[in-house]
Amino acid sequence: MKAVWSIIKKELLTYFTSPIAYIIIFTFLLLSGFFFYSLISWFNSIAPQMAQNPYYYQQININQMVFSPLFNNLSIVLMLMLPLLSMRLFSEEKKMGTEELLFTSPLSITQIIVGKYLASLIVLFIMLLLSAIPVLFTFIYGNPETVPFLLGYLGLFLMGAAFLGLGVFWSSITENQIVSAVLTFGTLLLFWVLSWVSYSAHGIWQGVLNYLSFFEHFDSLTRGIFDTTDLVYYLSFAFFGLFLTHSVIQSRRWR
Amino acid sequence: MIETQHLQKKYGDLIAVEDLSFKVEAGEIWGLLGPNAAGKTTTMRILTGYLPATSGKASVAGYDVFEQAEEVKKEIGYLPETVPLYPEMTVEAYLGFVAEIKQVPKNQKKAAIDRAVETTGLTAVRKRLIKNISRGYRQRLGIAQALIHNPKVIILDEPTIGLDPAQIVEIRQLIKSLRGEHTVLLSTHILAEVTQVCDGVVIINEGKLMAAGRLAELTTAYREKDGVYLKLKKAEDEVLNLFRQLPGVEKAVREGEEIRLEWDRNLDRRDEVIKCCLEHQLGLIEMRSLALTIEELYLRIVSGGIEQ
Repeated sequence: MKAVWSIIKKELLTYFTSPIAYIIIFTFLLLSGFFFYSLISWFNSIAPQMAQNPYYYQQININQMVFSPLFNNLSIVLMLMLPLLSMRLFSEEKKMGTEELLFTSPLSITQIIVGKYLASLIVLFIMLLLSAIPVLFTFIYGNPETVPFLLGYLGLFLMGAAFLGLGVFWSSITENQIVSAVLTFGTLLLFWVLSWVSYSAHGIWQGVLNYLSFFEHFDSLTRGIFDTTDLVYYLSFAFFGLFLTHSVIQSRRWR
Repeated sequence: MIETQHLQKKYGDLIAVEDLSFKVEAGEIWGLLGPNAAGKTTTMRILTGYLPATSGKASVAGYDVFEQAEEVKKEIGYLPETVPLYPEMTVEAYLGFVAEIKQVPKNQKKAAIDRAVETTGLTAVRKRLIKNISRGYRQRLGIAQALIHNPKVIILDEPTIGLDPAQIVEIRQLIKSLRGEHTVLLSTHILAEVTQVCDGVVIINEGKLMAAGRLAELTTAYREKDGVYLKLKKAEDEVLNLFRQLPGVEKAVREGEEIRLEWDRNLDRRDEVIKCCLEHQLGLIEMRSLALTIEELYLRIVSGGIEQ
């Protein structure tokens, strides 16, 4: 664990001494702030109108009307941003020749992969935490439900963790960071649109495609429904990415 | 301390190293010589556990490189061909990181950094970012990183490449100072480096072992003829004829200001040469033996101009 921690520290140092982490976090906060602002403004203008009608009055729900679309928007932003966070993890080491230092140290490949992955998770966590600050004000001036809010953020984190797992894998394939980011983004996009295809699929395929899609699992979390299948899906996705990374590094050295 | 037996490495169909066996004793400095693409880097990568060999055995500090990789990695300090540096770190932070991954105990970390900084002369740039330090300092930092955990074996891939002459001298001094406590294997193109620094050499070409041994042994073994260079006050061409008449002397030629005499390597004709000089009052200024230089040795071995 000590060894993993030294990798984490080094990766965080690299993230925060180069502009990359700041720019990603800044852009993410800018977009999340904008989405939140426009949703809450829309909610503020429409809620008084709805309140006048007893039928619509029942339907006013800040969780449904603000948080749920906010989380959906943020998930797309994550899909765009996280490949940029993961792209350098192994590609850069390879390009700079520093992987020779890592792989000739007494650390195991697993420790190196886990350290790097955890560092990127920490950046993701910081990013999400900061983006939650403006949203927390709704708890002061209103009374949204806490559980769906937390589950929404949990969903974003889990989804991001899966994205990063995949990103780590692609960055171990190439020494070019752009290639790594594009491949990650392409794969994420593919998994995203799987649910679209599933509408026209039949029988078992519909189920399979639906299960594989990132956003089907996210949907229920933003609506406040916690299902262990979703948890298992994201965790196994991340694990699979890391497992493939391990195989790639291992096989490259044995070739 | 370092030993390989019938080491072979293939990249697909390309054979990078073939049937390579050599041995380096503890506390010595050995050079790995060979032209470009001879397999030097591959050999070093196998020894450090970065690459597995296709077949054969290698052991470092008594541990098998393949079976006990983790133990071996603890005992080795390695400077790869491209110095593995993180430009956005400071010198100190970088050495701290290396000390951590090389599992230097936490309470010895500070001392280890201090020692490495001091021995490699990095004190002046200690707090600077690596991207802002000069090439010479980077190379030294590369060596510092290899020394940080006080390993038994140090493997340096072209440690003086890209340095200016003064820096080269410094780095060589540094490497020499490692003798005794550490076992060093270094690869180089610079033959003078080998004579100045190394106890022995391993010469490889196209992945095959051409020669291995202590420098003195090799230069003797590969010498075809024995002989001397003479510097005389009297240096007319007739003098050459005088020497040619001496029994055993096969060749007497003028080379610049000197005269080169050769005889069979089993003979020693130096006494006769001196007697001849005295008898004819040739004014002997200097006489030195015709030892094979490392350059000659290398060229003969690598270009295949000699059979042992």
